[in-house]
Amino acid sequence: MKAIATLTRPERGTALLLSIGLAVLGLVMAAVARQGVMATHGMMAVALGLFLSVALAGAMNEPEPPADRLHRYYDAPTRFGIGLTLIWAVIGMGVGVWVAALLYWPEGTPPWPWTSFGRLRPVHTSGVIFGFGGNALIATSFHVLQRTSRARLADSVSPWFILIGFNLFCLWAASGYLMGSTQSKEYAEAEWYADIWLVVVWVTYFVLYIRTLARRNEPHIYVANWYYMAFILVVAMLHIVNNIALPVNLGTAESFPVWAGVQDAMIQWWYGHNAVAFFLTAGFLGMLYYFLPVRSGRPIWSYRLSIISFWGIVFFYIWVGSHHLHYTALPYWVQTLGMTFSVMLLVPSWASAGNAIATLNGAWHKVRDDATLRFMFVAAVFYGLSTFEGSFLAIRPVNSLSHYTDWTVGHVHSGTLGWVAMIVFGAIYTLVPQLSGRETMAWPRAIEWHFWLAVGGTLIYVVSMWNAGITQGLMWRAYDEGGALSYSFIETVEAMAPYYLLRTIGGGMFLTGAILCALNCRATFRDAPALPDTSERPLSPQPAE
Amino acid sequence: MSAHRDQPPEVDPVTGYDTTGHDWNGIKELNTPFPRIVIWALVITFVYSVIAWVLLPAFPWGRDYTRGLLGLDQRELAVEQFRKMDAVRQDWLPRFADADYAALAGDEALMAQAMPAAARLFQDNCAACHGATGDGGPGFPVLSDGYWLWGGDPETIAETLRYGINATHPDTRIAEMPSFNWMSREERAAMASHVAGMLDGRSDPDSAAGVSFVENCAACHGEAGEGGLDIGAPSLIDEAVIYGQDRASVMRTLFDGRAGVMPAWEGRLSEAEIGLLALYVSGLSRADAEDAQ
Repeated sequence: MKAIATLTRPERGTALLLSIGLAVLGLVMAAVARQGVMATHGMMAVALGLFLSVALAGAMNEPEPPADRLHRYYDAPTRFGIGLTLIWAVIGMGVGVWVAALLYWPEGTPPWPWTSFGRLRPVHTSGVIFGFGGNALIATSFHVLQRTSRARLADSVSPWFILIGFNLFCLWAASGYLMGSTQSKEYAEAEWYADIWLVVVWVTYFVLYIRTLARRNEPHIYVANWYYMAFILVVAMLHIVNNIALPVNLGTAESFPVWAGVQDAMIQWWYGHNAVAFFLTAGFLGMLYYFLPVRSGRPIWSYRLSIISFWGIVFFYIWVGSHHLHYTALPYWVQTLGMTFSVMLLVPSWASAGNAIATLNGAWHKVRDDATLRFMFVAAVFYGLSTFEGSFLAIRPVNSLSHYTDWTVGHVHSGTLGWVAMIVFGAIYTLVPQLSGRETMAWPRAIEWHFWLAVGGTLIYVVSMWNAGITQGLMWRAYDEGGALSYSFIETVEAMAPYYLLRTIGGGMFLTGAILCALNCRATFRDAPALPDTSERPLSPQPAE
Repeated sequence: MSAHRDQPPEVDPVTGYDTTGHDWNGIKELNTPFPRIVIWALVITFVYSVIAWVLLPAFPWGRDYTRGLLGLDQRELAVEQFRKMDAVRQDWLPRFADADYAALAGDEALMAQAMPAAARLFQDNCAACHGATGDGGPGFPVLSDGYWLWGGDPETIAETLRYGINATHPDTRIAEMPSFNWMSREERAAMASHVAGMLDGRSDPDSAAGVSFVENCAACHGEAGEGGLDIGAPSLIDEAVIYGQDRASVMRTLFDGRAGVMPAWEGRLSEAEIGLLALYVSGLSRADAEDAQ
């Protein structure tokens, strides 16, 4: 446990107390629940708490870290977080390819309930959004926060609490879905005790962020930190409001939301769309605003544009959730507001994408030669494409064609594969050699392979879903001259077969690239030169790269 | 460590703009003027929004909301579009509410227009159990083989559709294969072999099981198991049994009994749609017979 060596003895003591506390909490959960999902989750917490306690107790008397560590950045949590990011990438995307294959080949559904489509699908969505995306955000935010503030993280135990606690939430969520536990809110399926646990973790994250920022040795706060802070703060707000629920009793993984009817739908999509805005956009824009200029060695093209776009995105996004409920029981006026704000939102979105691409002026030769920077360039392009598509689909008459079709699925994946995952891979390929004290990744050629697999996979996925969605939408609304439906529903399902096959192939390519990335990172970390404390860097401005 | 200070701006050689003097671990920013095109884009999208807000329902206002100059209401719009589409169907669909199916079937122009629509109606409402082409499935009858448990003329099919079988409708058809679990296991086994053997004529009507068959089963299935009484009991001498007629399946049927359900469609489909489907379904077996020739 190299990580424990970075803690002082009193910090190890605190960590040990927290680990014992986790084991006790798990034991209480299991005792109150006695059986079912919550008891299983309690025992998972007991196992994790005991494992950490034993590891900490065993390493209690190992040598302490050097006293000058406080003048160095604390990178061990970032390295741990990147490892978790890659593990969740393989799990989340692997299950994604699995469910895509089930849609093409439904006869392949195994006969037991745990692997039915309805249970696997949230494992995919939570696995990639929270497991892959969330860990990437937390890991990179620690790195970016320290560099742009020229300050070490405010303390050494809470980063571990945040990462381990967050991953316990992810594990509870994913294993709960497989056991049939869900509160049936999309992207917020985890049950009440997991939600409360996430609030504790998230508040700790926010406090650590603010404390570190308060210790900064820079006169201003860099725009990346504004984005990371918006991500942390607004996600807390969304998570709490959408998940307010009354447990059936304190021993079951079942609850009733306090929201009902059309209000529940509105709260859910206010949450759902702002999860896209503040989880999948704001945090990753923070990542982009740090790693793109660092990798390209170019100044941000416009300081003013970066700040005004930030406030534009934050202000406009929070209104637009109702565009998920066009032509429903939601009042027309709420739909109009959602639609118009979605259209205005395009301006700050494109301003950010444009600012990123203009930043590359003067570095196009690097984009051509460096697959890592190319990941970031493609991310900025797909960010622009999918935000345009999002504003377009939010217009009511367009939505009447696209809603409930696979076009929505294609749109989401052009954002998540093309934008979110690409910027994560760009950041990882920049960070991992740095954290290993190396010049390059262990297998530089594999980055090139990963890049083309990712771009090819994304394009095949997105184009096939555009075709599928538009075909579906047109078939559903087609009437013959006598006013009867032109197609039965099953005909519109059968028409999807070639697109679903292509989607599975595209997703499979993307997954292959992610596995390649994980192996490459493992090889790089293992092949780190045996320098003392390579991860602990002095608190000084470093040359870019 | 002393607080980092802003540095004097320098000129970026590529763009010619000054930097802001901020330095974030090597990251610098250009002091580029705010781009005009972004301001114009904001103005255009804002004007679009204002127009939408004026024309459409847009803002809450006390207990009410601003109605918009166009006075649109999405419920009225939906009903209006439904009426418009319904009007297109008025010159053919309502005629199928008329029970004179022979006359309807004779109107070739009408049937040419209506049968494709009926096929879609069948696929959307019936195919989940009976298969997209009426080929049935395990536990669900084939509709295209000319064999009927209740009768295959359009009038009878319409009645089955309307009221269902073992359904919740008060006028539902009722058919039950009772359980024969009061028989000894040996008797049931002998009966199962007898019934399974009826398919290829291996069964001996004079055997103990054969006598028992006449006493217990013939009332519904016919003396020789020929069925065809249109009371829901299948023939046992052809392939009409939907639950399987191998020995093991018959054992299970004898022990548990059977009472399959066909839901009642009255109220879910209009009388015209039921008539349309009745004609379509009665035609399925005829189409199959024509194919066979």
